[in-house]
Amino acid sequence: MAEIEALRGRCTREDNNRCIPENGSAVKIHARNFSFFYGEHCALRNVSLEIKPKQLFTIMGPSGSGKTTFLRALNRLGDLIPNTRHEGSLKIDGTDVYDSRIDIPELRRNVGMVFALPVALPMSIFSNVAHGPQMQGVRHQKELEEIVEKALRDAILWDEVKNRLNDYASRLSGGQLQRLSIARVLALEPDIILLDEPTSGLDPISTLRIEELLWELVERYTIILVTHNPLQAARIDSKTAFFLMGELIETGSAYDIFTRPKDKRTEDYVSGKFG
Amino acid sequence: MTDRRVTLLFASITGLTVIILVVIIGYVMVNGLPGLTLPFLLESPREMGRTGGVFPAIVGTVLLTGIALIIAAPVGILTAVYLTEYTRDTWLPKIVRFGTESLAGIPSIIFGLFGFLFFVIYLDLGWSVLSGALTLSAMILPTIVRTSEEAIRAVPDAYREVSLALGSTRWQTVTSVVLPSAKPGIMTGVMLAIGRAIGETAAVIFTAGSSLRLPRTLLDSTRTLPVHFYILAREGISLENAYSTAAVLILLILAINIAAYTIMDRLAKKES
Amino acid sequence: MRRGETLVQWSLAIVALSAIAVLALIIIFIFKEGSPIIARLGMVQFITGTKWSPTRGMFGILPMIVGSVWVTLGALLIGVPIGLATAIFLAEMAPSGTSQILKSAIQLLAGIPSVVFGFIGLVILVPLIRQWLGGPGFSVLAAGIVLGIMILPTIVSVCYDVLKAVPQAYREGMLALGATRWQTIKMVVLPAARPGIIAAVILGMGRAVGETMAVIMVAGNATRIPVSPLEPVRTLTSNIALEMGYAVGEHREALFATGIVLFIIIALLNTLARLVARVEKV
Repeated sequence: MAEIEALRGRCTREDNNRCIPENGSAVKIHARNFSFFYGEHCALRNVSLEIKPKQLFTIMGPSGSGKTTFLRALNRLGDLIPNTRHEGSLKIDGTDVYDSRIDIPELRRNVGMVFALPVALPMSIFSNVAHGPQMQGVRHQKELEEIVEKALRDAILWDEVKNRLNDYASRLSGGQLQRLSIARVLALEPDIILLDEPTSGLDPISTLRIEELLWELVERYTIILVTHNPLQAARIDSKTAFFLMGELIETGSAYDIFTRPKDKRTEDYVSGKFG
Repeated sequence: MTDRRVTLLFASITGLTVIILVVIIGYVMVNGLPGLTLPFLLESPREMGRTGGVFPAIVGTVLLTGIALIIAAPVGILTAVYLTEYTRDTWLPKIVRFGTESLAGIPSIIFGLFGFLFFVIYLDLGWSVLSGALTLSAMILPTIVRTSEEAIRAVPDAYREVSLALGSTRWQTVTSVVLPSAKPGIMTGVMLAIGRAIGETAAVIFTAGSSLRLPRTLLDSTRTLPVHFYILAREGISLENAYSTAAVLILLILAINIAAYTIMDRLAKKES
Repeated sequence: MRRGETLVQWSLAIVALSAIAVLALIIIFIFKEGSPIIARLGMVQFITGTKWSPTRGMFGILPMIVGSVWVTLGALLIGVPIGLATAIFLAEMAPSGTSQILKSAIQLLAGIPSVVFGFIGLVILVPLIRQWLGGPGFSVLAAGIVLGIMILPTIVSVCYDVLKAVPQAYREGMLALGATRWQTIKMVVLPAARPGIIAAVILGMGRAVGETMAVIMVAGNATRIPVSPLEPVRTLTSNIALEMGYAVGEHREALFATGIVLFIIIALLNTLARLVARVEKV
């Protein structure tokens, strides 16, 4: 429990009011009784939660708990798998993401996603970051250059790659690649950023850099981080939700979840009894 | 049998296969290269091909293969894109796949018969460059579909997910990420198809005819190198020129094969 | 944006249907042209008749059917053992560098036009057979050998891929029990690869049945049923290609009818291949 003690000391970020739910402010993401099925298999069951604007929200849970399914529902990437269906509602800014009038590419630009394994699109570093804006219709080279530089600066990658923007992106290290993935998303100036275990393949130093980065980005974006690692959830120290077997067990500040979990299963998980 | 003996036996059989290859290519080259001069390539045949060169047949071959490719490559690649990226409906892709697989098994002589009935007579294109090229394009279509499909399937799904997650449409993802990644494989398939088209005789002889004159329009009859070679050899017009024509054909096909491997190699290196 | 994607999807579907459209056109046109004479003579009469004499109005294609079968069997007899042995050597025995080079060399064989194969058979093989075995040289044997060589690349490359797909663990398990490499190949690898090898054989069969130009040049093309491998023979494909140039009227119809029979044989082979694939998968 040394980790928890450390956490208590680090919880200065409560100044930002992020450990504690803000009352009364607008809701960015609102799930109500949301369920998701792959064929007959129910991957998410009756999940209800609220995420506020410019909040860093951590979803923690073992593999198979439905956390990735939840992310992929938010940007409709779950559609890629045939034979899926959902129940309940899942709203962003009051509009259901499964509304038939929704423009899916537009939704995905607004809800950026960083994947578990760092993926370099088979093109240059520059083109990787410029890809999203280009597909959106930005054509001017000058404009693209500005977007790319800003995104790379925001992802704290600019200084490392500014002299080799035309290199193949696959030559970057894992940690750099994951920051490139973030830059790719930032280039679209989204509202929400989803990160699906973004550090699972990275070394501890790269992991810390990404975690620090998240705290900078949350000044401007709503961020949902998915992790299976309770220690990471503790380090991130934000509002946290615990998922298990497709169900939302409880939400609360990381401090609460780790020090006084309401549910026995949460306690077992954070103390390392399973998962 | 002991391991060593078996290995020796199988190595000899493999050697036999390679020797057959060497004998075929060697025999044609030894007999054909002496007559393979610049005038032979650039002159028109005289006396039905007994003397003179093969220039019109080279033009005919290039025209037929080129036009067949212009038609079959886009259709084939787009079909492969449909089969790999857009198969949400269940019955349509099945029918398409059945169609391409069946087409792949049809002998070239049947394509020849069909081309003759449909393009030459029914559409009234006559024995012409166009009839021949259209027939060839139908014949090489399955090759292009199958190799392109393999190449596209080999593109990691992660690329598609990243691109889609960035708000690209399916089609944008296909054109900007999937097809560029699959390019080496697709090119190899196209090269294979070119090789098949260049060497084809049965499907071409009944659709493009066997005129020895240089075609002036797409509706003129022409003869390709293999047809020219077949007529020279079978009718015993000139064995010498037949060998040289075969040498041109084989060199052409070797060149295409080497080009295919070089392209693949260079693209593979650029990627890594 | 959404409407655009639907448009793309439908356009692609239409393009993709061109393959099936071509197939349908082929069937319609060839059956339309060839079926009247079959209807007149009767299918049985047409495929069991032993006399092909267009000038006398006699159209029996049994000699050509038998010819195609003979020549195809000959091709398999030669192509399958050599091809399989080569594939085994390349996949299981040769060092990988050597095997890569030899494999691409053998693929070159696939690129050589069929007329060139036929011609080499004509100038080398036919005289050899005439000299050493007797007969005219133009024969079932010559056609079988030429076709056998022509299907080699298909057999080698399909068998090679199939052998490579057998899990390494099978081999290791066997070798760990003290089996020799040949025993391992014979008792584990080949049985595991059997469905794929059968598929390769059927694929080769399809190629051999359909091949035209190479056969014409070495088979002699007599319209009699051959009683020995040294006698000349005419196949279904040759029958069409030889006479299409000058056939008119009923004669031409009979050639298209030959095409129908060929088409049906190929369709049966394809179905057989699909069935084998399905049965063997279980």
